[in-house]
Order: sequence, then C-alpha cells, then structure tokens
Amino acid sequence: MIGLPIAQGLQIQKPGGADDCVASNGFCPEWIVDNIDRYWTPLLEHVYLTVAPVAIGFAFSLALAIVAHRRRWLTGPIIGITGIFFAIPSVAAFFLLQPITGLGYTTAMVALVSYTLLIIFRNITDGLRNVPAETRDAALGQGMTERQVLYRVELPMAVPEIMAGLRIATSTTVGLAALAVFAGAGGLGSEILVDKRFKSNVVVAGGLAVLLAAAFDLMILGVQRLMTPWRRARA
Amino acid sequence: MTGPALAFLGDFGEAIEFIFKERESVSGGVQIGGLPEMLGFTATHMYVSIVALVIAAALAIPLALWLGHLGRGDFVATATSNVGRAVPSLALLAFFISFVGLGYTNVIFVLVLLAIPPLITNTYVGVRQVDRDTVDAARGQGMTGIEIVRKIELPLALPAIFGGLRTSAVNVVATATIAPLANVQTLGEPIITPQTYGFVGQLGASILVAVITLLVDFIFARLQRAVTPAGLKLASPARRRRFPFPTRRSPKSA
Repeated sequence: MIGLPIAQGLQIQKPGGADDCVASNGFCPEWIVDNIDRYWTPLLEHVYLTVAPVAIGFAFSLALAIVAHRRRWLTGPIIGITGIFFAIPSVAAFFLLQPITGLGYTTAMVALVSYTLLIIFRNITDGLRNVPAETRDAALGQGMTERQVLYRVELPMAVPEIMAGLRIATSTTVGLAALAVFAGAGGLGSEILVDKRFKSNVVVAGGLAVLLAAAFDLMILGVQRLMTPWRRARA
Repeated sequence: MTGPALAFLGDFGEAIEFIFKERESVSGGVQIGGLPEMLGFTATHMYVSIVALVIAAALAIPLALWLGHLGRGDFVATATSNVGRAVPSLALLAFFISFVGLGYTNVIFVLVLLAIPPLITNTYVGVRQVDRDTVDAARGQGMTGIEIVRKIELPLALPAIFGGLRTSAVNVVATATIAPLANVQTLGEPIITPQTYGFVGQLGASILVAVITLLVDFIFARLQRAVTPAGLKLASPARRRRFPFPTRRSPKSA
C-alpha cells in the first residue's frame, strides 16, 4: 500500500495578476470573492461527512438505547466499549482502518460513526431515565403496554435530551470531519491543507467549518422546538 | 521485509516492525523508523502535550473556581464549551500557522486553547454542583470566602475537575498528532510525511498515537477515582444534584 499523498507544500494557483496581498499570502477579500467557487465541493463533502455519520450513529445509538432500556445491565458495557472508540484519536483511526476499509469515504464514515455512538447513546439513556416514575405509572395505569409506554411516553419526553446529544454529536463531527482528509475523504480539511500558509484560504475553509457547525446547531434546535410544542407553551 | 513472526498481521505486522526496527526510507538514502526515532517523536509529543495541559490548567481552573464560587458564569461555561466544540482543531492550527507562523510556541498555544474549554466547563459545573447547604454550613461556621473555596468547594469539585483534565489531556495528545504541520516533530511526523515514511510509517505512528492516548485516558480515569472524596463515593448517585450541562459530556476535538 502506498501512503496517502497529502497535498502539502503545494500552493493554490493564484491567477489574476497576483497582487501584493495574494503574493504575501495575506487575507484578501477580493481573492476570496473571486475564488469562493473552489470551496463548494469541499463544503458539500463536509456536509455529507457530517450528516451521514450522525444519522447512522443516531440509528445505532437509538437501537442500542432501546435494548439497554429493558436490559439495564447492558448500559455499562456499551458505554465502556463506545468510550474506548471515543478516546482513539481520529487521525490515528483514519489510518488504522485503512488496511481494512481502504482509502476514502468508508474509512472516514466508520470512524466518524463510532465517535457519535457514545455521545448519542448516553443522552438517549439519560433522557429515558429522567422520565418521572409517576408519568410511567400513569401511562401503565391507563392500560398501555410497556412497548406503548416506550414509544408514546418515554421517547417523546426524552426528545430534549436526545436533541441535546444530537447537537453535541453534530458539532463534534463537523470538527472531526475536518481531519477526514487523512482518510482520503476530502472535506474542508483537505482545502485547508492545500495551502495552510495562505491566510485567505485558511480563514475561508476554517470559517466555513465553524459556520457549518453553527448552522446545523440552529437547525437541530429548530427541529427540537417543533417536536416539543408542550415545552414552548410553558416557556 | 516483514518478519515471519508478524507476517500474519499483514500491514499491521509490518507497522509494528516499523516501530521497533530501522529501515530505509521510501525515497531512499535515510534510515527511518526504529525505537530510537519513535521514542524521540514520543518525547516531543509528550513534551508539547504536558506543557499545554499545565498552562491550560493554571489558567482555566482558578478562573472557573472563582466564577463558580460567585455563581456567575453559566454563560461563560456554556459559551466556551460550545465555541470550543465548533472550531475544528485543524482549522485552529492552520489559522495560527498562516497568521503567526510555525514552531513550538504556536503549537503549544493552539493546544492550550483546545484544552481550556473542557476545564472551564467541568470546574465551573463541579463547583456549582456542591450542595448549597454544605456551603451555607461552612459559612455559618465562620469560614471566609477563600476558605470555602479551598476547604469545601475545591475538594468536592475535584472529581469534575479531573474529568475535565481527562478530556483535555486526551484531546491535547490527539491533536498534537497534527503538530508536524507546524514543523514540530511529534508522532504525527510519519503520518504527515508519507513521501519519506510510507504507509507503513503512517500506520506505525497511528498505532503508537492510539496506544498512548488510551493510556492517558486510562491514567486520568484512575486519577479521577483516586481524588473522589470518600463521602462522595458513598453518596447514592440519586442524591447528587443534576445540572443543565452534565460534566460527563466530554467533547472531542481530534
């Protein structure tokens, strides 16, 4: 296997009569306006590298949390194992997976999904546990089965905590996806590395990542408000 | 090239051999890999990580203790953790490289910035979680503000503070991997320069980074247990007050 040729030392071709600002690697609003197009593809890759892992991670975590809700003893081992995944540095994981999953999206995806598990699983379990016992009893008293209680009472009541977990997982994944360039999966990180000395490039690529995290955060917050009308009424 | 003993591990076997035995570089001419070189990278890696963690702790913990004691800092605690999570470590490092330059000082500065948010949030929450009745009792016994911080709030917040140290230490050691982008030769060196080290070097260094990070995580987890006051260990979890932003949601930045 050959090492990943990271585009280091390369420089962004700077056409258009390289003025002083661009030539000195400065922060040049004009260059940014002229070259903003080059950031579209990395930005879209970054969106994909965030949305897909969080969505897959959420599905896994929800399934695990529902299983662990009935079999409480599973919670400890699940947190322990996902905690070990979580502690492994993403850059290292991106290389450790390459002999198995190769260079590219799959490697990035496996690592990024594994990091969301701990965060989302913990928040779902916390949310389910924080449902007041009286509420559960009331639901059971009305003749609901355990299954109905879970899907109609406990999960809806856990929505705020689940959403909080999704927000943390999403902003974390936006940050880690910037390193997915080491898995050969592109994203804004690859654009940063193309010319890390060029201030305009670093500010735009890095800034887009921060904006992306903020945008996702607001979106999830919006969804949470829509899903929990009873909270709005109280506030 | 692969020794027969490790051959069954494939790429991983060769990578482990890379850690222990020198070989010629991909581009030829220089000897790379082997224990002495890896220990050198590890030493630099630990040096920048420890310096950054100590500086971050010296800045963040006293500040957060003070804010927590006054009870004014909910905003600071949530804002730092939110901003801290939103800024990718690679973007932060690149920002410093392009605006300030290469070298040790800049790398340590970046690592300090990454280490501060979890420390502030955890310390602040740790202090605020201390039972208000306990603090009132201490005040009633005539303790001054400083005494309350030192004898009541700090000891009871220690588990949370060490939780923050654990998160920050793991993040710092992980992020130090990309320090070679700023010309600081940490264990990321073989990862960043595949033209010399090849995939085997990248994989070998990744194995070392992963093992060291897991060790750091484990050590701080033990420390966290060790500093937990006996009284808190005995108290049932249900009796501890819940807080809007629990300390165990550890952010991950690299």
